[in-house]
Amino acid sequence: MGDMPLLSIVTFLPLAGVFLILWNRANDEVAIRNIKMVALTTTVFTFLVSLFVWARFDATNPGFQLVEEARWMGDFVSYRMGVDGISVLFVILTTFLMPFCILASWRSIEYRVKEYMIAFLVLETLMIGVFCALDAVLFYVFFEGGLIPMFIIIGVWGGKRRFYASYKFFLYTLLGSVLMLVAIMAMYWDAGTTDITRLLQHPFPAAMQPWLWIAFFASFAVKMPMWPVHTWLPDAHVEAPTAGSVILAGILLKMGGYGFLRFSVPMFPLASADFAPMVFALSVVAIIYTSLVALMQDDIKKLIAYSSVAHMGFVTMGIFALNEQGVQGAIFQMISHGLVSGALFLCVGVVYDRMHTREITAYGGLVNRMPAYATVFLIFTMANVGLPGTSGFVGEFLTLMGAYEANTWVAFFAATGVILSAGYALWLFRRVVFGELTKDSLKGILDLSGREKALLVPLVVLVIYYGIYPLPILDATAASVDSLVKNYQAAIDAAAQTAAIAH
Amino acid sequence: MYSLIVFLPLIGFLIAGAIALKGAMDTVPPAPEGHGHGHGHHDHGHGHGHAAAHGHDAHADDHGHGDHEEPAPGSRPAELITTSLMGVVAILSWIAFFTVGFSEREAFTVPVLTWIVSGELAANWAFRIDTLTVVMLVVVNSVSFLVHLYSMGYMSHDPARPRFFAYLSLFTFAMLTLVTSDNLLQMFFGWEGVGLASYLLIGFWYKKPSANAAAMKAFIVNRVGDFGFLLGIFGVFVFFNTISFDAIFANVETLEGATLTFLGSEWSAATIICLLLFMGAMGKSAQFLLHTWLPDAMEGPTPVSALIHAATMVTAGVFMVARLSPVFETSHDALTVVTLVGATTAFFAATVGLVQNDIKRVIAYSTCSQLGYMFVALGVGAYPIAIFHLFTHAFFKALLFLGAGSVIHAVSGEQDMRKMGGLRKKIPVTFWMMTIGTLALTGFPFTAGFYSKDAVIEAAFVGENAFAGYAFTLTVVAAALTSFYSWRLAFLTFFGKPRASAEVMKHAHESPPVMLIPLYVLSAGALLAGIIFAGGFIGEGAHGFWKESLYLGEGEHAILEAIHHVPLWVKLAPLVAMIGGFLVAVQFYIRDPDAPKRLAARHDALYQFLLNKWYFDELYDILFVRSAKWIGRTFWKVGDGRIIDGLGPDAIAARVQDVTARVVRLQTGYIYHYAFAMLIGVAALITWAMFHGGAN
Repeated sequence: MGDMPLLSIVTFLPLAGVFLILWNRANDEVAIRNIKMVALTTTVFTFLVSLFVWARFDATNPGFQLVEEARWMGDFVSYRMGVDGISVLFVILTTFLMPFCILASWRSIEYRVKEYMIAFLVLETLMIGVFCALDAVLFYVFFEGGLIPMFIIIGVWGGKRRFYASYKFFLYTLLGSVLMLVAIMAMYWDAGTTDITRLLQHPFPAAMQPWLWIAFFASFAVKMPMWPVHTWLPDAHVEAPTAGSVILAGILLKMGGYGFLRFSVPMFPLASADFAPMVFALSVVAIIYTSLVALMQDDIKKLIAYSSVAHMGFVTMGIFALNEQGVQGAIFQMISHGLVSGALFLCVGVVYDRMHTREITAYGGLVNRMPAYATVFLIFTMANVGLPGTSGFVGEFLTLMGAYEANTWVAFFAATGVILSAGYALWLFRRVVFGELTKDSLKGILDLSGREKALLVPLVVLVIYYGIYPLPILDATAASVDSLVKNYQAAIDAAAQTAAIAH
Repeated sequence: MYSLIVFLPLIGFLIAGAIALKGAMDTVPPAPEGHGHGHGHHDHGHGHGHAAAHGHDAHADDHGHGDHEEPAPGSRPAELITTSLMGVVAILSWIAFFTVGFSEREAFTVPVLTWIVSGELAANWAFRIDTLTVVMLVVVNSVSFLVHLYSMGYMSHDPARPRFFAYLSLFTFAMLTLVTSDNLLQMFFGWEGVGLASYLLIGFWYKKPSANAAAMKAFIVNRVGDFGFLLGIFGVFVFFNTISFDAIFANVETLEGATLTFLGSEWSAATIICLLLFMGAMGKSAQFLLHTWLPDAMEGPTPVSALIHAATMVTAGVFMVARLSPVFETSHDALTVVTLVGATTAFFAATVGLVQNDIKRVIAYSTCSQLGYMFVALGVGAYPIAIFHLFTHAFFKALLFLGAGSVIHAVSGEQDMRKMGGLRKKIPVTFWMMTIGTLALTGFPFTAGFYSKDAVIEAAFVGENAFAGYAFTLTVVAAALTSFYSWRLAFLTFFGKPRASAEVMKHAHESPPVMLIPLYVLSAGALLAGIIFAGGFIGEGAHGFWKESLYLGEGEHAILEAIHHVPLWVKLAPLVAMIGGFLVAVQFYIRDPDAPKRLAARHDALYQFLLNKWYFDELYDILFVRSAKWIGRTFWKVGDGRIIDGLGPDAIAARVQDVTARVVRLQTGYIYHYAFAMLIGVAALITWAMFHGGAN
């Protein structure tokens, strides 16, 4: 596969699946089964191809690799793709989680299966595109495009309040991204290009940086989501179908963090330094505030959604610690959270499919009838709590370490999240899984089926594997993060020198 | 060999865990509709279960699939495998103990795997082997093996034995990674790992709400300590640029006089690092203010209390301070705090222990108090004495707990001492074993406790910090209290008239040999550990024994030397205190059994204060639990609901609706209305154009 445009193949392969599904016009049971099989095969195949990306990726090279380029809109926008140590893992994470989403929807989606699968495959293309795009406009197209299938997924296959949730999701994210588009145009006028590799080299004037930074921040902070623009997430999660939640928590939330690392920090280093205290404050508030809110939830999905916000607080804190531990920890935390929160939503889906309720009080004593489920759920709960030996710990530890180096107050307050997360996660586990099984409705509940085990066991393995041996991820990111941090430091030092000369 | 010591329990855990999970899955009662579904594959064990998951079908099918009171399939193989693996590990540990402790061999490290590397930060999975490690190996593995063995008898009626043995082995593995760690991060892994095992074992009987509550409480309170531990690790890394012990100790003198900024103010680097790390130790070792989880942890099965909440896990804090003794030695202030906390705990827990009625809770408070003694020793810089007390305490406290388990076993699960009494004749072996444990705990001459506890008290006397005198006074008083509550326990349980129902007394029986053998072994330790090992641990042989693994003081091990020159009254003080406590106990519980009631009635406030454990649970409930819930609810309903959503998206949506509603109202259908509106619009536009143009 020497000169094949590998990234484009990975990105657009799911569309081939869409094509096959569209071709299928029948609507009987066999056809629906075929549609599911096509979707599953496509996503699995995409994942396998993406493994080639990882295999061809040279972790020691901090620059962009597997670069592709084609002219598109004249000089203005080109089609440019490439990955570096910051983005490559997100590509793999996306392709890895997709087959799980298809499998998770196998039985729970009962109507419009064809459209559902198409939405997911289109979404996959757009998500991979976000992480591969090396042109700001292309990035924007993928970034915003992802909104539409997600909006449809929540709005069509969601729960009772799906319209409210999907509009809230759409409005929030759209509002932020309009500003980002303006910023991209401003950057084009200043730098004369939308090529990310060249934008990264371009020194934006110090006076312009804060405005650009804020515009991007508006978009990424909503995506993340950071406090106080997080309230769309719990609603979206609660209403979304299981697979939608998995993708939302697993991939879509990561786009914000990725955006910070791709645009905000390297392109506007001076503004990043100036705004870091604000990001710290918001992150710490997010960690403490949403953890406490999570404690009091009585809907399982909402609880996990709030805990996601808290975990994303660690990510933003790590990114703006702007040292190696912080940034690497943030990337690790995002990958790990993709696995863990995805798995937790799958776990919720398992009982939701059986009981059709997410109320915590409707459960209790599941361990008596579902030992395998209890075990798996326990492992993911512990990963969510950040127990060492699970992947959840590594990211949390590194981001806290980075924050401590930057500012001890931040680390101090953020570390209380360690206590609070144990509080809400264990309390949830106790109320759902432990205790006597007394409720009549639960007396006949069945343990994990073969399909569900096939879904959850690989995630268990990965969560523990990366907890004990996180090096594959840390190594892949090390060189790029190192150069990111060094360039940032150099820009700050240079600015300090000019300031010194000017005075 | 060291890899075997650490990993055999892990293998035991994986096997037993796989058996437990498979068994549980196969014996789930069928659904009322009667359609079960296929199990039999993917039996990945708890936690790390992918390696050892397959191939246990043979055991599982030997037993019937009946109602859940039957023992789980594979119970026998699970307990035999884990126990025999622990036996091997215990033997290997003693070999390690003698080869490392009593030889010239220097400390060394066994590398296993790289763990986390990020920038300058690097942490490996590795085993650091020195005398301190092997002492802990002996303690952990001996007690763990005996507890495994004992549990084969104690848990014989429990339907979920494979799970129980799996958890025990998991705990042992985590504890071993803790004591063998060669950097702070691996220590933290073990630290949290034992926390997990403790959580699982306290909540082992998950149908009991009280057990679940206690398990959660233990985990969360420990996390409070871990919060400090984590910050301490960060502080160490920022200061030393490494978290590996060797590198820290090599540069420890750079701490002298250095400062570190923490929370906006300058601190002595050594003090702030040590205090943060010590906070972790306080959580794990249930010291004053973070002690509330330990008594509740008695909800777990009794062998668990013996292993985790007496002999091993709770001593992790002591181990940590001893391991970092070169660092703590650089901060006089931090050591003063350690002394203060230790002495306070020793006294506080002993006072609460005086009035508790649950046999296990008395011993739990006793453990808490004895841990306080160890911290006193650490605080005055007598690290070897602290570890020696840890070592002897493991034997006699495990003995007392397992003895208590034997008592509970005999009286059909009753734990309230007010419903015991007169059991001496019924269970004579248990009685004698418990008596030996009590003698050792109270420091009867030439038993284990006599050597270690008296050394702690003497060290407190010669100690040189602001709270050494305080610590000396309180530890002597606590020694009297210890003696009183220990004999109170013995008298209430074994002497006097039986207070249990005739039914229970008729069935009261001595435990089977599998439970008594561990008692014999431990009682031998309780009697002899002091006389045999005092010379090596804290006597003339100390320097050759510990080598570089502990800070032993300037010159010829200063404090170990000084304790030999204390005045005679100091040497006699603990003995007098012990006799005093004993005599009062005899008066109260043998000669005049009504005296305690009268005394309690006369000093009701004090009695209630002690009985309710100084009201810490109530206080914390208001301060932390309720307030956290209240804040959480307020943030959710008011913060998210009314403020963020109310002023943000919902408000916008509402405004949009308002506007559309108004627009709708404007659509009256009369042409002249529209015409009028248009006219106003045109007028406005022209006005604007005029002024705008004029400005130019």
